[in-house]
Amino acid sequence: MKSRIEWMTLAVGVGVLLFVLELVRKRRLKEEYSLLWIGASLVILGLSLNRPALDWLSRLLGIYYPPMALFVCGAFFALVLAIHFSLVISRLSGESRTLAQEVGLLRLEVRELKERLAGRSGRGDGGGESGPAPGAGASG
Amino acid sequence: MTGQSTATAGPAAPDCPATGRLLVIIPAFNEECALPDLLASIPARVEAVAVDALVVNDGSADRTARVAVARGGRLVDLPFNVGIGAAVQAGFKYASNRGYSYAVQCDGDGQHPPDQIATLLAPVVAGVAEVTIGSRFLKQGATYQTPLLRRIGISAFDWVNSLVVGRRITDNTSGFRAYNRRAIEFLSRHYPHDYPEPEAVVLLARNGFSIEEVGIEMRERQGGRSSITFLRSGYYMLKVLLAIFVEVFRERILPEGERR
Repeated sequence: MKSRIEWMTLAVGVGVLLFVLELVRKRRLKEEYSLLWIGASLVILGLSLNRPALDWLSRLLGIYYPPMALFVCGAFFALVLAIHFSLVISRLSGESRTLAQEVGLLRLEVRELKERLAGRSGRGDGGGESGPAPGAGASG
Repeated sequence: MTGQSTATAGPAAPDCPATGRLLVIIPAFNEECALPDLLASIPARVEAVAVDALVVNDGSADRTARVAVARGGRLVDLPFNVGIGAAVQAGFKYASNRGYSYAVQCDGDGQHPPDQIATLLAPVVAGVAEVTIGSRFLKQGATYQTPLLRRIGISAFDWVNSLVVGRRITDNTSGFRAYNRRAIEFLSRHYPHDYPEPEAVVLLARNGFSIEEVGIEMRERQGGRSSITFLRSGYYMLKVLLAIFVEVFRERILPEGERR
């Protein structure tokens, strides 16, 4: 007979697993990021189904109340996920900064090329906002 | 103003070592008021060096971009605000791509006097230093007044950076700096973000760049607001100090042979 807390962790584990799988199926979550979630929910599920394993783990960790070991596992996974996200965010913000710089540099190049073209075709309509900038075409 | 004068200045042979081109990098965030005067007062050439001005518009909400183009500056228009570090680095990338021999970094708010670019650049052109920093505190009888909290922060950086770099840099937060080609290429690849000035000093020194300070008399800002407000300056100090300590424990970027 399982205690109420075990039923609860079982339900949460199944719920998280199904939810993550559904997100992956709908392509809203990349497989790369789902692995940690699936791993976490599988471990929690396994421990809530297998009482001897849970008892062994809690003895190993020195936890007197075995279901508490489940929460320790959950907290550990949450920590790993948080660090993983920080890494991903750092990478993304660096990449977006580089992209912004590239966009700015390309805009300048497009403006210069437009001005050079407008100058060649003899006072063309000069595309939009750029206008007649005096410093155009001086670069080598 | 910018490049126009190159045609009138006579036949400057491209392989003549004393000449070269200087790019003045002006990071600007909502500086439509200060920018016209600044661009107008940038000299067309410094000694034998031809000067171009590059405004880096860091996602301003005002007419900074239009003012810059109308006044004849080259403009790197960033699609959103990326912070002063990344904005200045965009300038280094431009200078690196276009083969500039020198770069000067000059704030868009009018604090840095363009008429002293020559003073700042001289040691770099002469090959005495690869990087120069315009210091408010080196010149005798300088009239520039800094708020107390800012001064505490500045002296903290002074102390820490002196310890790390091994020589005294009096004005680590100064963004009025000149660089040679090697420094331009290095910084176009590696430049600290957010509040980069004190960190850049450590980064450059640790990678073997020779740094000199030059006494500069700075002005009050002509418009706009400092990116460092009173409340945030504590956070700013902690963050930069942490970044400096991290920098010290990082691997050096340039290998032993490429350092000088």
